[in-house]
Amino acid sequence: MCLAIPALLLQRLEHEQGLIELGGIRKSISLALVPEAAAGDYVIVHVGHAIGLLDAEEAQRTLDIFAEIERFEELEPQPLAPTPPMQAAPRTREFTP
Amino acid sequence: MKHIDEFRDGALARRIAARIAAAADPARNYSFMEFCGGHTHAISRYGVLELLPENVRMIHGPGCPVCVLPIGRIDLAIGLALQQRVILCTYGDTMRVPASEQLSLLKAKARGADIRMVYSAADALQLAQQNPAREVVFFAIGFETTTPPTALVIRDAQRLGLHNFSVLCCHVLTPSAITHILQSPEVRQYGTVPIDGFIGPAHVSIVIGSAPYAHFAEEYRKPVVIAGFEPLDVLQAIDMLLRQVNEGRAEVENEFTRAVTPHGNQAAQALVAQVFELRPSFEWRGLGEVPYSALKIRPTYAEFDAERSFGLDYRSVPDHKACECGAILRGVKKPTDCKIFGNVCTPENPIGSCMVSSEGACAAHYTYGRFRDIPLVAAAAEALPA
Repeated sequence: MCLAIPALLLQRLEHEQGLIELGGIRKSISLALVPEAAAGDYVIVHVGHAIGLLDAEEAQRTLDIFAEIERFEELEPQPLAPTPPMQAAPRTREFTP
Repeated sequence: MKHIDEFRDGALARRIAARIAAAADPARNYSFMEFCGGHTHAISRYGVLELLPENVRMIHGPGCPVCVLPIGRIDLAIGLALQQRVILCTYGDTMRVPASEQLSLLKAKARGADIRMVYSAADALQLAQQNPAREVVFFAIGFETTTPPTALVIRDAQRLGLHNFSVLCCHVLTPSAITHILQSPEVRQYGTVPIDGFIGPAHVSIVIGSAPYAHFAEEYRKPVVIAGFEPLDVLQAIDMLLRQVNEGRAEVENEFTRAVTPHGNQAAQALVAQVFELRPSFEWRGLGEVPYSALKIRPTYAEFDAERSFGLDYRSVPDHKACECGAILRGVKKPTDCKIFGNVCTPENPIGSCMVSSEGACAAHYTYGRFRDIPLVAAAAEALPA
C-alpha cells in the first residue's frame, strides 16, 4: 500500500504535473505535494503523486557506509551451508548401441 | 533501476548480516517489530530472516492499511455501491478484503455494483467530472503516505465546484498505532510480546518526518530506526537497533536519510491539516478502537464527506471465528499458529485481511516463506530408520 518508487523527473508540466521516467517508462504524475521539485531531481512516486524528493548525496553516503562494512576483513561471512560435491547420477547400464 | 538496485546487493547483505551476528550477544534474545507491511514484505521476499542469528527475532507489526481495515468499513463501501448505486472508486488493494455476508468489493462488482479500481485519487476525481449525472465516491484508505493525495482531490473538488464527488475517509495514523501496541488494555486479552525496538516506517516518514517518533524513544525507552523498504536498508536498521540495545540507548535514528528529514514534507502536512481533523476514535482490525488514530474530513469540506452526505452509520462486525489476524497483527502469534493458514485461508481465497495484501504477514509468509517450514526431503529420508 505504501509502495513508492524513486523516479527521474524529466520536466515540469502545467497544472502542477510532471513527466517522470522509470526504467524506460514515461508517465505524467502530480507534483502538487513537492512544489520545489525541478527537472533532473529524483522524486518519490506514490499513487500518481510525488510525495518527496530523493537526496542523491545522502543515498551515496548510505552506500558508502555499506562499503565501509566491506573493509571488515575479519568479518568474512561463513558460507551459508556446506555445498555437497556434484556427483554424476549412478549409471545403471551402458547406453551403447 | 537507480536508487533501488544498489540497495538489493546480496553480497553486501551477507556482510551486514555477519556484522549483526558478531554484534548480537549470544546470552540474550532480541525482538524487533517492523511496523510496516512494506518491511514485512521485504523481509519475506529477500530472505532476510535466513541471514539473521537465531536470537534475533522479527515481529510483524500492524502497518498494512488493508489488514487493519475493519469489516464494518468495507461494508459501508459495499452498501454505497450496491444500495445507493454510486460509482465507487478504490485502490486495488481493498478489492478482495472479506466483508459481511461473504461479500467483498470484487463479489459486489460481480453482482452488478459499479466499482472501479483506480491508480490514483486523481483518477476518481476525473471520473466524477466525466459522469456528472452519477455520484462518485472515493473509498480512501491508507496511512500518512496516501492521505496527502486524498486531501488534494478534496481541495480540487471544492475548487472545481463538483457536486457529485465525495470521499469515504478511512485514513489512519501510524504513531498512534505504535503507542497503542505499547500500552493498550487489550494486552490482557492477547498477551504481550517483549519488543526491544522498532523499525520505523519508510514512506510514511517521508511525509511526517522522523520527529514524531521521539516520543516512543523517550517515554517508552524503545529505540526506533527509520529504514527504507529495500533489503539492505532493513538489515542496516537491524544492526543499528542491535547496537542501541547493547549500549542501553533508546533514540530515534534514521537509516533512510536519502528520503526522510526530521520534519518531513511540510507542504503535504499543511494540506492534510487544512482538509482533515482527528477522529476521536477509530476501529482497527486487530487493535480494536484506538483513540485519535484516524482522520475525518473537516466541516469546511463537509459536502465531500460521504459519511455525512449519505448518512452512513458505522457498525462494528467481528472477524471470522477461526481467524487469528487480531493476534498476528499484534505480533503475539505467527501466521503458522493459525489453524486455517494455508489450507482454508489462502491469497486466492482470503478469510482474514492479513492474507489479502502482499504486505500482510500471512500473505508474505504464504508467498515466500511457507516452504521453509517443511523439512527438506533428503533430510527427512535420513531420519527414517534403515
